[in-house]
Amino acid sequence: MMHGLHSYAMNKPARGSLLGIEHLEDKEILGLLKLARRMNPLKPRPLLRNKRIVLLFYEASTRTRSSFEIAAKSLGAITTLVQSSGSSIEKGESLLDTGYTLRAVGADAIVIRHPAAGAPHLMAKHLDIPVINAGDGMHEHPSQALLDAFTILKHKKSFTGLQIAIIGDIFHSRVTRSNCHLLTRFGAKITLCGPPEFVPEVSATLVPGLRITRHVEEGLRGADVIMLLRLQKERLAGQKLHLQDYIARYQMTAARLKLAKRDAIVMHPGPIIRGLELTAEVADGPQSVIVDEVHNGVPTRMAILARALGKAR
Amino acid sequence: MLSAKSQKREPASLLIKGGHVIDPAAKINAPMDVLLRDGRVAEIALPNKVRGSADEKFDARGLIVAPGFIDLHVHLREPGQNYKETIATGTAAAAAGGFTSVCTMPNTAPVVDTDEWVAWLRHPERGAVVNVFPIAAATRSSRGAALTDFAALQRAGAVAVTDDGKPILDDETMRAALRLGAELNLPVVQHAEDTRLTESCSMHEGPTSFRLGLRGMSAAAEANIVDRDVMLAQQIRESRLHVAHLSTSDALKAVRRGKRAKARVTCEVTPHHFTLLDEDVGEYNTNFKMNPPLRSATDREAILVALADGTVDAIATDHAPHATHEKEVEFERASFGITGLETALALAITKLHREHKIPLTRIVELFTVGPARVFDLRSRGSLARGNFADVTIFDPKKRWTFEAAKSRSLSRNTPFDGWQFTGKVVATIVGGRVVYRTP
Repeated sequence: MMHGLHSYAMNKPARGSLLGIEHLEDKEILGLLKLARRMNPLKPRPLLRNKRIVLLFYEASTRTRSSFEIAAKSLGAITTLVQSSGSSIEKGESLLDTGYTLRAVGADAIVIRHPAAGAPHLMAKHLDIPVINAGDGMHEHPSQALLDAFTILKHKKSFTGLQIAIIGDIFHSRVTRSNCHLLTRFGAKITLCGPPEFVPEVSATLVPGLRITRHVEEGLRGADVIMLLRLQKERLAGQKLHLQDYIARYQMTAARLKLAKRDAIVMHPGPIIRGLELTAEVADGPQSVIVDEVHNGVPTRMAILARALGKAR
Repeated sequence: MLSAKSQKREPASLLIKGGHVIDPAAKINAPMDVLLRDGRVAEIALPNKVRGSADEKFDARGLIVAPGFIDLHVHLREPGQNYKETIATGTAAAAAGGFTSVCTMPNTAPVVDTDEWVAWLRHPERGAVVNVFPIAAATRSSRGAALTDFAALQRAGAVAVTDDGKPILDDETMRAALRLGAELNLPVVQHAEDTRLTESCSMHEGPTSFRLGLRGMSAAAEANIVDRDVMLAQQIRESRLHVAHLSTSDALKAVRRGKRAKARVTCEVTPHHFTLLDEDVGEYNTNFKMNPPLRSATDREAILVALADGTVDAIATDHAPHATHEKEVEFERASFGITGLETALALAITKLHREHKIPLTRIVELFTVGPARVFDLRSRGSLARGNFADVTIFDPKKRWTFEAAKSRSLSRNTPFDGWQFTGKVVATIVGGRVVYRTP
């Protein structure tokens, strides 16, 4: 028997790194959610005083970037934003060299968003400081899944037995991958809903128990939680799918929302496009917790950063 | 077709004594002694029955003595990319892996699309320690449009043509290449990938690519091209199609169809495709990224069956060295390819022979007469009297651990670093001269 796969020289990520939900233990997830409940950006705690956190963003971001920054500052940390434009990345510096540089200037942790799946993993293999994945390509977005879980638990007693419908462009969605890993782990029943272009059959293999439906009505019936995804217009190019067809078949309207449980909540990782994946009526309606999610991003990311730097008390 | 090195071989004669000869072409699987003289096989006889005398003896007791191994598919990166590999370092790695002949791919910088470059590759100054048989580009600069001068390339020593690294997509161009190849009895080697379906893909399409958020190459992207090519090969009399690094079950079906119809269709399979699966990329390990990608368990199973039943003609490494800076990057940006010359026999013995019970005779066939026939390498692939004195001697029971850091290749991009193997090359003899001996 050969055991090559384990012997290949690879360093473990530094303690406190958060690369994805998939390989996180249940107790770590629960610990982070518990810690997040104790975090309050309005009552800053200087847990991370004088810690230097670099926000390394290779992709555009509003919510994730600002909430990581506010979370870090609420804990007393110093933050620096490095973006691909206006940095040496533009001059062709490699991801690893950028990492080594940031380490050398004294970063205690790096929060990274990158268009390539696995970029945070590469960095974590070569750096001795925690690396936090703020979204890598189509792979994972663990802090979003944690804040979504945090939000759900504010409205529902537990995940066990919850019916969750995720509607839209599953294939390109890192948020969905992270959410599926997290929520099914604790007993939620997830239905992925969309046309085959966005929800290929292989999607169901991600975690055990996933269901796929092409009919939004079927996905919505009896749902406790509805997660909508942005329809990425730029990715429709070349696909057979037409925007109007998608809207007709999958748009979340007030009428369709009635198919779900009466106390169902509507979630969306943002940015939302009103009139496309959902109507303004639904986005602003009483069941929408979309703004709530953004709000919960701050305490969740405070918990992630506190854990990263060993201050998870 | 003598290579540079075998022309200046030493005049000594060498008696390989006490070994067990496996020579599938000659149907030999028995204890035999082999006498090499003047770069040729002078005699092969039962133990102690060789009549001629020898200047030197090689004690092969407990070892398998086989015709020199032939690798139909290597990238030695010269001209132009000698930071990855050179002909000298690549052939040293080949020798350490038991290969006495390697066929080099033309996707270098510049592309090997002229007779001058073919001659350059074979020049003694390149420092090759094993025979180098260039495969030339099928189209100018491998752009897939105008065909190269096959006749001139063949005269200069090219044994086949290909645009490897890319496919010949256009139907008419492929038809024309097979036609011209048929006139010259020259095989056309196809890298079967419908690149219209694989843009920005970095691994096999399946549950693993979905989980990792990577765009996947479908099995159909390979099989569609093999389907078409086999159809063309059946239509064009005397044409010779060789499918490079075949990796999918569906592509094998097409090859079987061609063979049943008596078309001159051959194919090769790599050690990594019969060993690894797509899921082995783990957490974005770029040493598991190559093209074609590691496939599903179903595909690997089909390949194992085809290796055993004779559908596959040769094991070829697709040795593709890359520098560290080309691999220690984001998975999607990393170069495709892994080294393979030094681990091929060990993987064949460990996986095919010991795990899947494929007989050693069949494995030797896949490394010797199989590939020799694919490209018509005359007087090679067998230890028949008068053939070139290319011999591979190995210990099928020796346990060892492969260490990438000790590789003779200039590059280190192997997924097999630290793997424990059974079966090791003990000596490699090219033109009667020992070019590698186990340290």
